[in-house]
Amino acid sequence: MRRFFPLALLATALVLAGCHAKPPVQSSSGNSAVPANGAGASSAGANGASANAGAGAAGEDAAGPQEGVLARRIIYFDFDSSEIHPEGAEIIAGHAKYLTAHSAMRVRLEGHTDERGSREYNIGLGERRAQAVRRAMLLQGVSDAQIATVSYGAERPAVAGSDEAAWSKNRRVEIVYLK
Amino acid sequence: MLKRLFALAGLALAALFAPATWAQLKVEITSGVTDPIPIAVVPFASTAAALPADIAEVVQHDLEGSGRFRAMPRAQMSVKPSRAADVALADWRANGYDYVVVGRVSVTTSGEYAIEFDLLNALNGEQLVASQRFTGQPSAVRDAAHRVSDVIYEKILGVRGAFATRIAYVSVEGAPPAQHFQLFIADADGENWHVVLDSRQPVMSPAWSPDGQWLAYVSFENKISSVYIQQVRTGERRQVSARAGINGAPSFSPDGRTLALTLGGSGGNPDIYLLDLATQQLTRVTDDPAIDTEAVWAPDGRSLYFTSDRAGGPQIYRIGIGPGERPKRITFGSSYCARPRISPDGTQLAMVMLDQGNYRIAVQDLASGTVRVLSRGKLDEAPSFAPNGAMLIYAGAENGHTVLQRISVDGLTSQRLTAAQAAVREPVWAPFSH
Repeated sequence: MRRFFPLALLATALVLAGCHAKPPVQSSSGNSAVPANGAGASSAGANGASANAGAGAAGEDAAGPQEGVLARRIIYFDFDSSEIHPEGAEIIAGHAKYLTAHSAMRVRLEGHTDERGSREYNIGLGERRAQAVRRAMLLQGVSDAQIATVSYGAERPAVAGSDEAAWSKNRRVEIVYLK
Repeated sequence: MLKRLFALAGLALAALFAPATWAQLKVEITSGVTDPIPIAVVPFASTAAALPADIAEVVQHDLEGSGRFRAMPRAQMSVKPSRAADVALADWRANGYDYVVVGRVSVTTSGEYAIEFDLLNALNGEQLVASQRFTGQPSAVRDAAHRVSDVIYEKILGVRGAFATRIAYVSVEGAPPAQHFQLFIADADGENWHVVLDSRQPVMSPAWSPDGQWLAYVSFENKISSVYIQQVRTGERRQVSARAGINGAPSFSPDGRTLALTLGGSGGNPDIYLLDLATQQLTRVTDDPAIDTEAVWAPDGRSLYFTSDRAGGPQIYRIGIGPGERPKRITFGSSYCARPRISPDGTQLAMVMLDQGNYRIAVQDLASGTVRVLSRGKLDEAPSFAPNGAMLIYAGAENGHTVLQRISVDGLTSQRLTAAQAAVREPVWAPFSH
């Protein structure tokens, strides 16, 4: 949100100025910030907290090699399983080969589940999937220092929906290259 | 360029304040008892020029919302007494009302509102409440009205009401993968909401401190899971765990000094630990290659209930606090039992249970082992007991929209709490604050 905020103020300022003028952003932003805060999360401002990291996720996702199998970054899983299918193994092998040849490159393995059941238990299941991919990479010679894992459980679905079509796309490990 | 700016501004403005109002809860009764108690809540007399809230209306709304009362419409009241002495009980009884509430509001010399009420049993003439008084600032008038409801509920039904309480919940707005997460606190009727945390990354597992002053929660704002505790009144917060791997499932001990939590470590094996909040000292509770997580304290503080898949699928276990304690399995009735919560009197276990292919809320009597499935959804989750132990709040999907549901532990009454545009989930009922 923080990344968009100055743009919001600029655009609001342009609206206020009638779209044609080029108003000085600094002074206008002070004025437009008042209604934004007043109409919005007034009580949040008093005793809330803002945690707006993460707007840069898109940059990370695009990082890293894109050739051949390396463009494929998602390994899918069966329900309540962390077993890697042949298709997933092929993707892991491709990235493992690349990582062993490029020891300065690092990845984060993000484990996910579908929405069903308990959220914290799903965090555990997502971690189990990320660890399954991590172990496969370690076996293929990738250094432990090149791999981080995180489990988002059911909190960051790839797609919306409450049917097997959606669930099967959400049970996954994403390989994210870190800059 | 300009067009693009406007599009971005629209997004940013929506993110700034639309979701807060979109996530405000609306309460609807979904089921009540077949024979609700008839009660007349007469508008309170007031010497104040303008009251911040219509007290009788709030009380009536609370009582009817419980599904256990039927209130007399105001239009049918030909007289509006404000003192017990002025109530002609025979007339109210003749109209079919078993109980009558009257009251009055005055402004004290210090500028506070004083709210006083009487409760009369029209059937036997007994005065159940005589001039009980609550005082407070104008901002506390709604809360005082809820406290009136709590007293009436207790005098008539024998169970303390939970109207003057709060809930915390997580709201999620937008379609994946770009979602907006907010942690909210609101009164139990959805009013007086405010945002506790606002993030582009997931926020989950809110948990109240026993004094209702702090919330613990898990935030992914740093691209890893971290556990925070945040003071509700001031917004001041502390990161208490950001170790390698999973940092999750915080639960305050009954004395508020210790946080049970799940840590996964770099090896990724989730186990349960205790974190002393004053000394930061960490004590390991479980040590098993399975997933051990979402611990919750027994009310006496002497044991923890948690989910583990050490026997294959997830089941609920209890472990004593202390060296050499071994976990004991508690649930056997389903292949999937998770997310334990214990009633305030320590006798009932609420959980998420797989029931004929559906994830539902079930309650197990800890002494007898008897299990009752309470909810009727397909993807119900996250049960939390009201502080009076008589209700549960949980989240469930309805027509593809995640809403909050409340159900009485006896299964007779239920309400739905919906937000207009946001998915709302992970409700946690705060402890009593009075």
